[in-house]
Amino acid sequence: MLLIPCPWCGVRPEIEFRHGGEAHVTRPTDPQLVSDEEWADFLYNRANPKGIHAERWRHVHGCGRFFNCVRDTVTDRIISTYTPGESRPE
Amino acid sequence: MVGSTHFSAWSLLRHAFGGAWPEQWRSPELRDTYDVVIVGAGGHGLATAYYLAAEHGVRNIAVLDKGWLGGGNTGRNTTIIRSNYLWDASAAIYEHSLQLWEGLSQGLNYNVMYSPRGVMMLAHNHHDVQVFRRHVFANRLQGIDNEWLTPEQAKAFCPPLDISPSMRYPVLGAALQRRGGVARHDAVAWGYARAASALGVDIIQNCEVTGVDRGANGSVTGVQTSRGSIRSRKVGVVAAGHTSVLMAMAGVRMPLESFPLQALVSEPVKPVMPCVVMSNTIHAYISQSDKGELVIGAGTDAYTSYSQAGGPHIAAHTLEAICEMFPTLRRLRMLRNWAGIVDCTPDRSPIIGLTPVPGLFVNCGWGTGGFKATPGSGHVFAATIARGEPHPIAAPFSLDRFRTGCLIDEAAAAAVSH
Repeated sequence: MLLIPCPWCGVRPEIEFRHGGEAHVTRPTDPQLVSDEEWADFLYNRANPKGIHAERWRHVHGCGRFFNCVRDTVTDRIISTYTPGESRPE
Repeated sequence: MVGSTHFSAWSLLRHAFGGAWPEQWRSPELRDTYDVVIVGAGGHGLATAYYLAAEHGVRNIAVLDKGWLGGGNTGRNTTIIRSNYLWDASAAIYEHSLQLWEGLSQGLNYNVMYSPRGVMMLAHNHHDVQVFRRHVFANRLQGIDNEWLTPEQAKAFCPPLDISPSMRYPVLGAALQRRGGVARHDAVAWGYARAASALGVDIIQNCEVTGVDRGANGSVTGVQTSRGSIRSRKVGVVAAGHTSVLMAMAGVRMPLESFPLQALVSEPVKPVMPCVVMSNTIHAYISQSDKGELVIGAGTDAYTSYSQAGGPHIAAHTLEAICEMFPTLRRLRMLRNWAGIVDCTPDRSPIIGLTPVPGLFVNCGWGTGGFKATPGSGHVFAATIARGEPHPIAAPFSLDRFRTGCLIDEAAAAAVSH
């Protein structure tokens, strides 16, 4: 079980959280203007990297808030967490 | 010749009196050019190579694997076979596969131990009852066997099942596919490897693909591997959880996410579980292997990962469900627990077919339920590669469906990984 550092509450066990998928997926500002390919890319395609991955979590059984997390998908080691609106750390 | 032993009662008897069994497939040197390169020597990849050689006359094939053959999800699943899916496209491919299972041991001359002992899916609430009865009716229209059982009939079919109304999630009925069952997962990989090798297919283990080469017009020209470069105008990626990684080498983004899926086995006991029992709602899958171990499947972990290890709370959750449904198993000890990395699509249906890169084909997205499809998947994917256009059964499972919106929404139909 992962131990996840919520930016607001501190380190909590994984069962308090819900995974929110890939982070920084940007919805096209006007869906009417994008092609089917671009819309499908936004809806369905994911980086799914083997290695460093930026993802969202929501602390559903705590503060209830979303935040972002950088994790290594090979070792499952969490490298950092950061609040929404912050850019992904290098 | 290696792999040419014909298995029969006579050959078994003869070897009982001495004489080592020969290797069942060749370990050839990697050549620099092939007509088709298959990336991934799991059941699906080996089946693809076998059907390309056996039915399409393509013999100059390499099957590459970064590890050993059958060492990924083929050797990690809970071996459940069934075809009672809701949508016509799904039912067609899984039924195609089930019919191939029925003749597979004879066709390959290798005992894959397909055992149609029945797959029973439990309904625990009103919604389950409605959904499963809808499946039964849909399957009847598709010509696929699936029948509705009362709780008493379910208990009669599977005596260790608790159907008392005081259960936390009482059994309100079950859908039973009698032709469903299990097979020996390793034997499926070995059987296809042996048969493909005998037809001239080169199976190259410990050979990791590190790049996909493309020509000036964008089409595939070969692959880079840890053992050198290979030229080929057709490359089929059959790499399960690592599909996104391989497709990224060709510049193709995929609608996939890779999750750990756990399974575990108990200590071996005498026969106690006569069939396969699935409970989607409280999430447990159980059958008994011929060795006597109870084979238990859990759900996926919540997060994407390539670690081949999941969290213990996922396995514990499944064991709680098993103990609830089968009180007689409560003191059984678990021997081993592991995870495979499964590639899930948004609609929980596979992707089989062409890609935006000419010459590059992909067979992936089988998610948590790919083992049952091994023969059918390989069969239609081989036809797709050989002809350069989708086999009719594979056609609905195109990568392009995520652009057109023609999803095959088994995710909604099953409301769970399946």
